[in-house]
Amino acid sequence: MSEATVPSSFEMLKRVAHVPPSGGTRTHGLQNSAWLIIPALLFVLFFFVFPLGRMFLLSFIDPHLTLRHYAEFVRMPVYFRIMLNTFILALNVSLICLVLGYPVAYTINSMSPRTRRLFLIPVMLPYLMSLMVRTFAWMVVLGREGIVNQFLGTFDLGPFKLMNNSLGVYVGMIHYLLPLMILPLLNTMRTIDMRLVRAAEGLGATSFQVFVRVFVPLSLPGVAAGMCLVFIIALGFFITPALLGGLGNMTVSMLIENQVGIVLNWGFASALAVLLLFMTIVTLVAVTLLVRRVNHFWAIRGFRLIGGDS
Amino acid sequence: MNGSRAAPFAVWVLACLVLLFLVFPIFVIIPISFSGASYLQFPPESFSLRWYQEYFGGGGWWESTLLSFKIAIVVTFFATAFGTAAAFALVRSTFPGKAIVYGVLLSPIIVPSIITAIAVYFLFAPLHLVGNWWGMVLAHTVLAIPLVVVVVSASLSGFRIVLEQAAMGLGASPAVALWRVTLPIISPGIATAALLAFLASFDEVVVAIFLSGTNAVTLPKRMWDGVWLEITPVIAAASTIIIGLTVILFVAIEFLRRRSETIADGAPLVCQ
Repeated sequence: MSEATVPSSFEMLKRVAHVPPSGGTRTHGLQNSAWLIIPALLFVLFFFVFPLGRMFLLSFIDPHLTLRHYAEFVRMPVYFRIMLNTFILALNVSLICLVLGYPVAYTINSMSPRTRRLFLIPVMLPYLMSLMVRTFAWMVVLGREGIVNQFLGTFDLGPFKLMNNSLGVYVGMIHYLLPLMILPLLNTMRTIDMRLVRAAEGLGATSFQVFVRVFVPLSLPGVAAGMCLVFIIALGFFITPALLGGLGNMTVSMLIENQVGIVLNWGFASALAVLLLFMTIVTLVAVTLLVRRVNHFWAIRGFRLIGGDS
Repeated sequence: MNGSRAAPFAVWVLACLVLLFLVFPIFVIIPISFSGASYLQFPPESFSLRWYQEYFGGGGWWESTLLSFKIAIVVTFFATAFGTAAAFALVRSTFPGKAIVYGVLLSPIIVPSIITAIAVYFLFAPLHLVGNWWGMVLAHTVLAIPLVVVVVSASLSGFRIVLEQAAMGLGASPAVALWRVTLPIISPGIATAALLAFLASFDEVVVAIFLSGTNAVTLPKRMWDGVWLEITPVIAAASTIIIGLTVILFVAIEFLRRRSETIADGAPLVCQ
């Protein structure tokens, strides 16, 4: 396993596309072990796939077959705006996480193994830490009578409104998602062949040129993976925007909860869930295709560079 | 070790600031839970254990903690058993539709939890599984299985099958070889998977919001209810206890990783 103690969720995503190699060679031990898949598979089919399928059907029923719920979504501009806001929020959060996470990954990557292990603790510990605890902590810090306002109050400043608005949502979400950006970045950076960097230096490139033209391009798979992971999770985020956001920060998942818990409109909630799931899957597929194209592009370019075109 | 250049000073400072941001909330919550004040005061001016007294003394916090433990332990058992078995099937055999099966097993970690939560809620509500801790066990097990499958498949792929073949060549039956050779070697992976499954269930809140009803309120669900009413230091005490538990599990996972590295090096095995 890599440096990161726990395989990052990114690796899990990656493995969705890459089924583990099945030995190939005939094993004598558990030769016909295929049946061992059955308990887990039945469990997931029964308590996950089946309810999801049922919810999918529910989104088309009221009480007969209908497109009413989807029509409602199209008819009311407010729902579309919530969907758009969720999308923009997820995009912004993943960009900010990239900007903040890249220097961290770069710095940790350039450390000796011992120091690296030490500096990974502040990444791994929050990564494993309960979402509820972390969100509560930010409520304590950012609240009206919170830590920041208490501190500023001693200088007769404030109180400022730091949560129940976009600021709170961004801080909470970035805090939660940063480790999920740093870990895939770090995993990719560790595989970069530093001989390429040294070669570029040897050929007279400045360290900035080396960074921009050699290191960054080689780290792009990690960037894509981290962005994709953070974006997908941000799209479905519920707890943090609900607790740290204001009325104007409603996300699709909050709308879904609202429809189930308060309005009791299960059909419409299902339709919203189907749309959210659709957005998630489209993102996954789009990023996968994009990465494939980019890889292809660099493969050609790399080949030409090595071939020496000038 | 890939011999990177040290980062420039400005980048280093920025990285440290981001890391401080990441651990900052932990260092705020812990002192507040020991505060003597009846409101959130930082830094606390007096020390007391009154919030822990309240945590253990009623109001349901301790009951919720026990319930969360109970659910997480049962989930850990099922998810580890099912997930490990599935990992064997995925790594050791071929069967038609394997890629699809693999995708299905891992899909619970890609689908946003709010969607899983309401889909399961719609199914469980008519079956009286809302407000029933078994309902929560079923839903959490689904969420934990992919973690176990991924972690155990990784250790199993790294396992050198010749060791098992050697055991059988020396006369062990397949079952004995599995029990005495394969499972001990991949046991750090299985243990790591179990700890992650435990944590996934213990900290899970979105599914709990929908399934806990009034009778099966887990610790994260009680925190969720609590923060809507009042942000009191009792929740900070609960958080501190969860932080402590997480740190213990983190150390255990780190220990297991080093152990599996030692085993992977092979030296102790050859001696046996």
